[in-house]
Amino acid sequence: MSAVVTERPVRRYVEHVMGMPISLALRGRHTADAAALDAWAEAMATLRDVDRVFSTYRTDSHVSRLDRGEITLAACPPELLEVLALGERWRQESGGAFDVRRGDASGSFHLDPSGVVKGWAVERAARPLRLLADTDFCLSAGGDMACVAAPESAPWRVGIEDPLDLDAVVAVVPVRCGAVATSGLARRGAHITDARTGRVPTRVASVTVVADDLVRADLDATAAFALDAEAATWLAARGSTGVVVWADGRREVVSAGRG
Amino acid sequence: MVNGMERGVRRIVFGALSTVTVVVLLFGYRTSTEGPATTAALPAITPVTTTESSDTTGPSTPTTTQTPTATQTPTATQTTQAPKATQTTQAPKATQAASSPKTVTGDQEQTQWGPVQVELTISDGSITDVAVPVYPSGNGRDAEINSYALPQLVQETISAQSANIDMISGATVTSDGYLRSLQSALDKAGL
Repeated sequence: MSAVVTERPVRRYVEHVMGMPISLALRGRHTADAAALDAWAEAMATLRDVDRVFSTYRTDSHVSRLDRGEITLAACPPELLEVLALGERWRQESGGAFDVRRGDASGSFHLDPSGVVKGWAVERAARPLRLLADTDFCLSAGGDMACVAAPESAPWRVGIEDPLDLDAVVAVVPVRCGAVATSGLARRGAHITDARTGRVPTRVASVTVVADDLVRADLDATAAFALDAEAATWLAARGSTGVVVWADGRREVVSAGRG
Repeated sequence: MVNGMERGVRRIVFGALSTVTVVVLLFGYRTSTEGPATTAALPAITPVTTTESSDTTGPSTPTTTQTPTATQTPTATQTTQAPKATQTTQAPKATQAASSPKTVTGDQEQTQWGPVQVELTISDGSITDVAVPVYPSGNGRDAEINSYALPQLVQETISAQSANIDMISGATVTSDGYLRSLQSALDKAGL
């Protein structure tokens, strides 16, 4: 191994599932051979399985049937419990701003664990990719990603989209082994609210979190976004790293370093 | 306001959550995020194929009904960490109108993994490259150690095309919106 960081060509794959694009970047030994294609197919199969259980858009998913009271938790896969447990943990840690129970305009509540599911699902889907020897990967579901790069290759360079100008980036994060997630309303409209009030955040434009794994990154980003004006202080208090872009265009780096 | 069905929903969900705290105790959230060492331990998702006719009679209380009084209170553990003040970082100033590319090297920043330094290449007033010459990669052979640098703010003028970026993190891109996204442009370049 030389001290020089080697530039390795990147091979990319894209498919759509759960209503969003799944992008995979591979570099290293297995990028287009049978091992790579098998791992990619397995990753996608995992995401489709997750969608069948968790989708709030599919009336036949376990989540939809649970929400309608047609089945009980006992009839659901144990993974649903795991996801609800994660949601509950972040509900507590965010003081209730994040919640898998979503109130609608009429005042009734519905089960919507999609704020937990994406990051959790990508971590599961990434497992076959982690087993590819001498291969770097970055697996993204609609802008939230888990990345691994070997010590001798360059870190992945993740650009953080400018929520106020979607053709530009506000920051770059070099990631060797970790995850990046961004929450905001720039592309899907008002789908994140403060669960305590039902209000759509107005002070914050986007929250990006960099963490060891995508479960934490995704949940932290979503919960911080729901906390609106408190986003940066909340992230800092729990030792998270990220970038907050405020609605007025200010950008703030939150650092988990020990300084 | 709340009709019978909605109450049913609430009960189910609240019932679910009390069960769930037990699950948290048992496994901790790390179960879903272990690295390759434990890959084989978790079963694939197995959608239940049995009919739930007996379950439709109404919300049933979970079989495990331990009261979750013993749940670790994550808020308490979190607050023991010394909160690090957030810092607003200024993007390095680029000198204007340099016709030839120019390199600006930032100060070294200490992160918990070691020092990080960033180098920007500026051409015609916009950043054309962001390099990280000093990166905390430990001893160099410890694969799979979680590591990432601090996000580096860049100038407003930077465009993804010119920034040598591998992936884009942004608010959830839908399949409909994907074709107009930066990630789409990157993916096309590599297909």
